[in-house]
Amino acid sequence: MSPLKISWKNLASKPLSTGLSLMLIAFGTAILTILLLASTQIEQKLNNNAKDIDLVVGAKGSPLQLILSSIYYIDFPTGNIPLKEANELAHNPFVKRAVPLALGDNYNGIRIVGTDSNYISLYGLTTQGGRFWKADLEATIGSSVAQAQQLKVGDTFFGAHGLTENKDLHKEHAYKVVGILAPQGNVTDNLILTNVASVWQMHGEANNGDTEGKEITSLLIQYRSPMSVVMFPRMVNQMTSLQSASPAMESTRLFSLIGVGVDTLQWFALLIMGIAAISVFINLYNSLKERSYDLAIMRTLGASKTKLFLIVILEGLILTTAGTILGLCFGHITLALIGAYQESSQAKLSGLLFISDEIYVLLAGLGIGIFAAIIPAVQAYQANISKILAKN
Amino acid sequence: MISIKGVTHSYNNRSKLSFSDWQINAGERWLLLGASGSGKTTLLHVLTGILAPSAGEVTIANTAIYQLSSKKLDQFRGRNIGIVFQRPHLIKSLTIVENLLLAQSFAQLPENHERIHQVLQSLGIADKKTAYPNELSQGQLQRVSIARAVINKPALLIADEPTSSLDDKNAQAVLQLLMQQSELNNATLVVATHDTRVKDAFTNTYNLA
Repeated sequence: MSPLKISWKNLASKPLSTGLSLMLIAFGTAILTILLLASTQIEQKLNNNAKDIDLVVGAKGSPLQLILSSIYYIDFPTGNIPLKEANELAHNPFVKRAVPLALGDNYNGIRIVGTDSNYISLYGLTTQGGRFWKADLEATIGSSVAQAQQLKVGDTFFGAHGLTENKDLHKEHAYKVVGILAPQGNVTDNLILTNVASVWQMHGEANNGDTEGKEITSLLIQYRSPMSVVMFPRMVNQMTSLQSASPAMESTRLFSLIGVGVDTLQWFALLIMGIAAISVFINLYNSLKERSYDLAIMRTLGASKTKLFLIVILEGLILTTAGTILGLCFGHITLALIGAYQESSQAKLSGLLFISDEIYVLLAGLGIGIFAAIIPAVQAYQANISKILAKN
Repeated sequence: MISIKGVTHSYNNRSKLSFSDWQINAGERWLLLGASGSGKTTLLHVLTGILAPSAGEVTIANTAIYQLSSKKLDQFRGRNIGIVFQRPHLIKSLTIVENLLLAQSFAQLPENHERIHQVLQSLGIADKKTAYPNELSQGQLQRVSIARAVINKPALLIADEPTSSLDDKNAQAVLQLLMQQSELNNATLVVATHDTRVKDAFTNTYNLA
């Protein structure tokens, strides 16, 4: 009979209070795990999508909105910018690569992005079937789009005006699917790509090579050298009617906004963990009162003080370790479920991601176990068995 | 075999209890008689190494037990002294066999299922091995507690009021079992009681004034 087995059997003989403690710990751990995993994944996604984009240039408005609409495709664009000015910026010596974006249409809620071949090299796109768009009204669709809308190469579809609704169809022009992208693990999985001229055509503008009066939504910029970081944004903001926004800065700002909520929830999870610790403590402390005679008997049978200390500490550790592991599993399962039911395809969460911070969660669980069990264990160690036995 | 010399004890420096010297030879059976409040429990605890007396010496099997370290004393007690309490007090979360295995492992002796079977059989409860304490009757529990006291073949078997809560018939039965088990295991038997019904079975009596 090892101390571990004695502790285990004692816990197993009180399924209700053991269960309650387990549930509390598991619940607290699960919330912590979900928060950790979700914020890590969101941050990763944000960074991954903005990876090679140094700056976004668009119409004046909220810089965050500009970033959200042009990089993450979740908010409305700030407006349009004249193609002429965009072209001037694109040929600026500070700029290594400039990708034009023309937004404004959707197909069943999926955004149609008018752009050029620079977009392909910016995101490093490859196709899994067909080819990239070339002529007007040719479209290359993201892998998730192909799957969700059951579109294949050769199919046609009508774009609709706006970014979310499917009412105002552009019936006169049908897009033709010429290619399907290989899964990229970023926003392009959920986009329909075509050329800028197609988007113009939808809105009744002739494609005659004349830039006069033509507009695009925004410009994604890659810098030529680190020097540009200082010079270029200031130039854009001062000299033109445009505004520039840095994805890195705006994501940080966005994340600090979300961060407040995450922080609050994190404190909430810690509070639950604290309550769990107290519950384990009360559980052990009460059972110690009931068991003081049992423990005294164990001493008369030859168990040393150290052994009793170990038995009580082990009970705390078994409870919290099991609870923490249970909570970690719960966290992953819950996140997988959330991911499965998530509508926003741009920020889908996965339950299969494991991060090193989870080890700290586990260590925290062990710490709570020792913290909750130490007082009862010391009491078991110091118990005056003669007094306990004489009482009965 | 067992001797106490000049033992006195006082709780919180009040009402000092002093006990006359006592010499118990191996294999003897002693009755420890005394009314409640006469220091019977104190003497028993001193004798079993649970309570260090304020003064005096207790020697069991040539070992001055209160000179041992706390850990050594626990181990000595586990191996050499078997105690039967007034109430059985088995560990509720463990089966009968596990309760006995516990006694073996706490005394740091190898787990011996054969020995457990043999003892339970001699007490007529071998069929209850895998039962939990709450599934047994009071009489059966008392037998298990006797089994636990003798499982490690102790040199000294001490019973504290083993019969006081039992009726005449059961009191006689438990007394018989204690006699039989102390004989089977070559243990010296000391029974502490204020129950005069068991007096006749003993020739040696230590009276507490």
